[in-house]
Amino acid sequence: MGIRTIRLPDVGEGVTEAEVTEILVKPGDLVREDDPIAAVMTDKATVEITSAYSGKVIWIGGEVGKTLAIGSDLIRIEDESAGGDDDGAPSLAPAEAQPAPASTSSTAAQTESCPLKASPSLKVVETRPSALTSTATPPRAEGVAVLASPAVRARAKEAGIDLRQVAGSGPAGRITHTDLDHLFQNAGQAQPRNPPRPETVETVKVVGLRRMIAKRMSEANATIPHITVVEEVDVTEIEAVRIKLNETRGDKPKLTILPLIAAALVKAKESCPKIFARYDDEAEEVHYSTAVHIGIATMTEAGLMVPVVRNAQALSPYQLAGEIARLSDACREGKAKREELSGSTITITSLGPLGAIATTPIINKPEVAILGVNRMAVRPSWNGSAFVPRTMMNISASFDHRIIDGWDAAVFVQRMKTLLETPALIFMKD
Amino acid sequence: MTDLSCKVLVLGAGPGGYVCAIRAGQAGLDTIIVEKAAPGGTCLNVGCIPSKALIHAAEQFHAVAEAATGHSPLGIATASPKIALSKTMGWKDGIVRQLTGGVGGLLRKAGVRKIDGEARILDGKTIELKTAEGLSRISCEHLVIATGSAPIEVPSLPFGGDILSSTEALSLQQVPETLAIVGGGYIGLEIGTAYAKLGAKVTIVEARAQILPQYDAELSKPVLTRLKALGVEVHLNAQAEGYEGGVLRAKTADGELKIAAKKVLVTVGRRPVVAECGAADLGLDMQGRYIKINGKCQTSMRGVYAIGDVTGEPMLAHRAMAQGEIAAAVIAGEAVDWDKRAIPAVCFTDPEIVVVGQLPEEARTVNAEAAVATYPLRANGRAMTLERTDGFVRIVHEKSDGLVLGIQAVGAGVSEFAGEFALALEMCATLTDIAATIHAHPTLGETVQEAALAGLGRGLHA
Repeated sequence: MGIRTIRLPDVGEGVTEAEVTEILVKPGDLVREDDPIAAVMTDKATVEITSAYSGKVIWIGGEVGKTLAIGSDLIRIEDESAGGDDDGAPSLAPAEAQPAPASTSSTAAQTESCPLKASPSLKVVETRPSALTSTATPPRAEGVAVLASPAVRARAKEAGIDLRQVAGSGPAGRITHTDLDHLFQNAGQAQPRNPPRPETVETVKVVGLRRMIAKRMSEANATIPHITVVEEVDVTEIEAVRIKLNETRGDKPKLTILPLIAAALVKAKESCPKIFARYDDEAEEVHYSTAVHIGIATMTEAGLMVPVVRNAQALSPYQLAGEIARLSDACREGKAKREELSGSTITITSLGPLGAIATTPIINKPEVAILGVNRMAVRPSWNGSAFVPRTMMNISASFDHRIIDGWDAAVFVQRMKTLLETPALIFMKD
Repeated sequence: MTDLSCKVLVLGAGPGGYVCAIRAGQAGLDTIIVEKAAPGGTCLNVGCIPSKALIHAAEQFHAVAEAATGHSPLGIATASPKIALSKTMGWKDGIVRQLTGGVGGLLRKAGVRKIDGEARILDGKTIELKTAEGLSRISCEHLVIATGSAPIEVPSLPFGGDILSSTEALSLQQVPETLAIVGGGYIGLEIGTAYAKLGAKVTIVEARAQILPQYDAELSKPVLTRLKALGVEVHLNAQAEGYEGGVLRAKTADGELKIAAKKVLVTVGRRPVVAECGAADLGLDMQGRYIKINGKCQTSMRGVYAIGDVTGEPMLAHRAMAQGEIAAAVIAGEAVDWDKRAIPAVCFTDPEIVVVGQLPEEARTVNAEAAVATYPLRANGRAMTLERTDGFVRIVHEKSDGLVLGIQAVGAGVSEFAGEFALALEMCATLTDIAATIHAHPTLGETVQEAALAGLGRGLHA
């Protein structure tokens, strides 16, 4: 018999702390060696922590949402085979463990164990239907004490009754338990057939990925002076090209507009290199890479993630399509690796067919630009002699105004418009 | 020391703080309590408990000394007694140790981490902790400020040497021959009476027109009478001005007083400890010198709570305890609010005074119809057998329906009425409720029933 401590292992290079997103065991549970016991999340990925011992869980050091330092005690296990207490050991190195799916329970309402009152997380905070106060006297003036014993006051509070509205039948107008009983009975009779459903308020703790998103969005919005340029693009030609390519793709991945826009971005870098940068505002340095790493904003069940297509300049549209599909699947299944979630030099965000006519994208810090792609629609267009139907799409590009001047922003947006309207230019070698 | 984090961090382990921490711990919340001295705060260490111990010892000594004069109606004769005050203080310290140790045990049992050290608030979620091992930090989700109060110093009479605060007065190793007390509130009178009974020549200097200024003259009169009987000199409307060479100077309308005093006890009130712990730098809304709170003990800053003496009058341990429970319940997610109707207050003078609810004057300002029913202790058999028939019980009530608005009593041993009085007010009792409740005979408590009967016009033993 001995007590074994499982500490939070080093979950990746340079990470000093990780947030607990799931605790999979509770005190009293029996666990076997290699059983998953918790999941933690760094700013890059979720990692499953497994038990290094078999035995009974006797103590848990973290709770969902809590950030623990690497090496801090996570769980203690009573190990039946051990001779004595140990001084703690890390669990299996996570390098061997696959990143776990992002916890879905982290978005569930959290309840605290609370012997003071076993309160469910859904608290009814309604005030009762007014039928309850049908026997009420006019409300007592502000400051006039309500006459009721502590037990009656507590019962009324529990039921959401404002005792100032209740007539007391006791001596000196004291409100008694009997008065409350009558109130409930009368309320029962007087209630309309379909009483309004009581309002319930669900409290959801912001943890894990959602907390990370919230933190990053706040940071980006608070520190970056955004300038957003919206432009209309005629995508009739590029759509025709896309359809044509899909017809003859064989077993290559299906092309959406996204890989073609990514290809256009790569081409735009030749004339607008300033837009493809990472700005370290603390060091006041801007880093320009020769490579183009494109972040693709991806919606997952747990929230927004941005996987990165690395070295997009070296990929064909089909390869871009394949890589985008692979990365978004990995994100949705929670299998994206840390290195696949960082390092982008520019990001594309698209709401696809849901998208509106314009958006104001928030920059994926530390980048200096983000390209928002809006919904396509066939609109009448004047070609100089007649109205013709054209497939139109707006692009909304936001820029970090500290680094990018309005002029450069406009030049880039126009370049993107030119490339998308004349797709042959994308594939021209200068 | 390494940095720590927790869900609930309580600053100060006085009655408010330790109750809050215990309740939070019982609720399963990860709780840390920080205290720079022994647990129990002013109350257990240098307030309620040691003063009551000293008062009891003084009363015992006084009874024997009275018998030694040869005039005991009980027929007791004894030689002149002596007191070894250092031994008395040792006994008192034992009680304090036992109680503070008990608090430590209760905190452990509730799973609360107790840390000995001095806290300085850095922000609403972080404190800097100074311990013997050095500096560290504790971060928390909920911060409860329960730093209590400290004696107010009079600039012309700075504490130190022969000028004492209540803390030093409760640890004297010898009975001073002469003791001057600046401030005729309950603390000064309690300690002054005790030393008078132990043989000191006590003089009280009060700036206002009556002792115990928060009560009416009717309540304080039996206390004044008794003080005089004990040989205590009381100077009202007198302003203490300085202390040199064993003489306390005080200014009165009739000129300057010179009071010979080996020791001077300054008890002009207590002030909240807000600045020392850094709470003043948080920019919280204040109410005068006190931290402003709502009915949930929440301050103006989210996640920061305040309980006990830092939140204002009445500065009483049991109020702090009740607030501590509320703060813990609020943090644990319960829908609770301060809805108490009564906070009893007890003054352990001789005779004792217990006050709950409205005094007659207060009641009449709200309602001209408020009435008062009184019953004297001299008509009570038990009081006679205890040789103390001074004092009375008084019920302030609505004339129309007998609703009890306040109950007060003055008399030896009436502090034990505090529970019944508070219960009556909390339950919204009427005179009929009290009158219809059988009170045991022979007890002092019969006077409460008799007062209620008198209020109903049906006095029995009157």
